[in-house]
Amino acid sequence: MTSEEIREVIIDILGDIAPDEELGDLKDEIAFRDQLELDSMDFLDIVMELRKRYRVQVPEEDYGELASMQSTVTYLEPKMQDVEKA
Amino acid sequence: MPMDFLKGVSGEYDVTVIGSGLAGMTVANALARSGHRVLLLEQHYKLGGMATWFKRKGGHIFDVSLHGFPVGMIKSCRRYWTREIADSIVQLKHVRFDNPMFSLTTRYHREDFTRLLTEKFGVSQSQVDAFFDAARGMNFYDDQQLTVGEFFDQYFPGRGDIVRLLMEPITYANGSTLEDPAITYGIVFSNFMSKGVYTFEGGTDRLIQLMQKDLIKSGVDVRLRVDVEKIHVEKGRVTGVTANGQFINTRVVVSNANIKNTILNLVGRDNFSSEFVDETEKIRLNNSSTQVYMALKPDEQIDEETGDLLFSSTAPAFQTDLLLSRDITSRTFSFYYPRTRPQGRPRSLVVSSTNARYEDWAELSDEAYEASKQDLIETTLESLDRYVPGIRKKLDHAEAATPRTFQYYTRHALGASFGTKFEGLAVSRGLSSQVNGLFHAGSVGIIMSGWLGAINYGVIVANEVDALLLSKNTAQVG
Ligand SMILES: Cc1cc2nc3c(=O)[nH]c(=O)nc-3n(C[C@H](O)[C@H](O)[C@H](O)COP(=O)(O)OP(=O)(O)OC[C@H]3O[C@@H](n4cnc5c(N)ncnc54)[C@H](O)[C@@H]3O)c2cc1C
Repeated sequence: MTSEEIREVIIDILGDIAPDEELGDLKDEIAFRDQLELDSMDFLDIVMELRKRYRVQVPEEDYGELASMQSTVTYLEPKMQDVEKA
Repeated sequence: MPMDFLKGVSGEYDVTVIGSGLAGMTVANALARSGHRVLLLEQHYKLGGMATWFKRKGGHIFDVSLHGFPVGMIKSCRRYWTREIADSIVQLKHVRFDNPMFSLTTRYHREDFTRLLTEKFGVSQSQVDAFFDAARGMNFYDDQQLTVGEFFDQYFPGRGDIVRLLMEPITYANGSTLEDPAITYGIVFSNFMSKGVYTFEGGTDRLIQLMQKDLIKSGVDVRLRVDVEKIHVEKGRVTGVTANGQFINTRVVVSNANIKNTILNLVGRDNFSSEFVDETEKIRLNNSSTQVYMALKPDEQIDEETGDLLFSSTAPAFQTDLLLSRDITSRTFSFYYPRTRPQGRPRSLVVSSTNARYEDWAELSDEAYEASKQDLIETTLESLDRYVPGIRKKLDHAEAATPRTFQYYTRHALGASFGTKFEGLAVSRGLSSQVNGLFHAGSVGIIMSGWLGAINYGVIVANEVDALLLSKNTAQVG
C-alpha cells in the first residue's frame, strides 16, 4: 500500500469511529485530538480495525505513534507496504 | 443427581472467560464476534456480576449499581454491544448537592459546571478552562506522579468547596481519594463530568437480558452456576480450567474474577515470578458500601424535582475518610421514578448508598450486626425525610445491605465495590507476560472500574487476546 492509500484507510476507519466529524478538513501534521473529539478508546478502535481489516499489529508501546495522520502514515508505511488495499 | 451445568461442553475452546461481570461479558462477546470459540462461565445463577438487581414483594425491583454512568456508555454499547442497548441510555436531568457549603442542582456537564464555578464560586473563566483542559488531556496509558489533591491545588488552591463539588461524586462513584494518582481523576472526569450522568431505561434486568441475547447471537457458549476452581498452567502457558470438577481445554483464559484471587488461588503463586507475586500481594482493594433500599407504596409518588441523584451531607467539610466512617454524615440518594421501568408496574424507589469499610462490619456479633443494620435504616429514613417529607408513612419496604452482604453475594474479598486501587492495573496488565494465554479483565485501578470502565477494559483485553490468537494461528500455519 502506498502512503496515500494508507491515509485513505485511516480516513475510512475514522469515519466509522467518529461518524459525526468532518474529515475533509483534517490537517495531517496536527494531532487528531486537537481536531477531533477522540478519546483513548477511539485510538484503540483504530488499532483493532487495522488488525481486523489488514492483520496489521500495533503493539501498545507504539500507540503514541498514532497521534496525527502524518505520524500514523509514517509509522504504518513499512508495516503495510506488502498489504493489498481491500 | 445434581444438574450438570456443563452438559455438552467439550473439545477445545479458544477462550474461556471466568465470570460474567460487565468486563467478562464484553470480552466474551467481542472475541466471539471476531470468530473465536468462546466459553463464558459464571458461578452465580444470573449474569451481570455487580450489575445486578433483586425483586421484592409488591412489584418492587431494586437496582444495586445503577446510579449513574458517563456518556461514553452510549458509544461503547453501540460499538461493542447493540444499538438497542445504546438507545436505551438516557441522561439524568437533576443532579443535586445539599451540604453545609452549598446547595445546588446541576445538569452535571462542563457548561453547567463552568457556569456554577464562575457565577456561584467566583472563579475566573480562564482558570476553569485550564482545569477542564488539563483533566481532559489525560490518557489511561499516561504515567503520573501527581495526586488528585495536588492537581486540584494547582487550579483551585484552598477551595475545599470546589473540591467537594468536583470530587464528592467521583469518590462515591469509585471510591477514589485525594491521594490517588491524578490520572484516575482526569480520566473519570473527562468521561464523566464533561457531558452529564446517564442511566439505563428499563433497569439493570433489561440490560442484562439484552446482553445475554447478544452473547448467544454472537455464538458465546454461556454457562451459569459453574464455579471455576482452577486455571491450569503447564510450562508457562495456559492449558485449561477445572470447573464444577470437570477439566476443560482452552488456549486462553480471561479471568473476570478478582485479580488477587486469580493469581494467588485460581492459578497459584508457583506459576509467577516472586516479584510478581509480591506486587500482587501489595494490591490494595477499594472500599465497600452500605445501601438502604426503600420502596414506596404503589400509590405514593415522589416529586421529580427531588432529583435523580442527590449528594447529601451534613459534614462541614469534604474529607475522604469521613465518607467511609460508620458514623454516616454523607449519603447518595438515587431516586427511581416509574419511568425507570416503563415496561413494568409504576413504582417509586429510593436507594441510599454510602462508602464503607469491611472491617467496621466484619467483627460484629449477629445481634450487634442486626441492630446496626436497623440503625442504618432508621438514620437513613430520618435523613431522607428532609427531601421526601413523611417518608415513613409512604414506605412499603425497606432493607439494608452492608459490606458483609456485598462480600457474600459478589465473592469479592472485603466486599470491595470498586475493585482494586491503582496498582491493580499494572498487575492485571502484566499477567500475560508471566503466563502465556492468561489475561484478566475486571475492576482494577479505578479508571477501569464502574460500568463503563469494566466494559472498556473488556474491549482492551479482547484486543490483546485477539492479537495473541492471531499470532498463534499464523505461527501454527507457518
Ligand atoms: C453498591 C454498588 C454501587 C455501584 N454503583 C455504580 C454506578 O452507579 N455506576 C457504575 O458505573 N458502577 C457502579 N458500581 C460499580 C460497578 O457495578 C462495577 O465496577 C462493575 O459492575 C464491575 O464489573 P466487573 O466486570 O469488574 O466484575 P464483577 O461485576 O465483579 O463480576 C465478576 C463476576 O465473576 C464471577 N466470578 C468470580 N469468581 C468466579 C469463579 N471462580 N468462577 C465463576 N465465576 C466467578 C462473579 O460471580 C461475578 O459475576 C457499583 C458497585 C456497587 C457494589
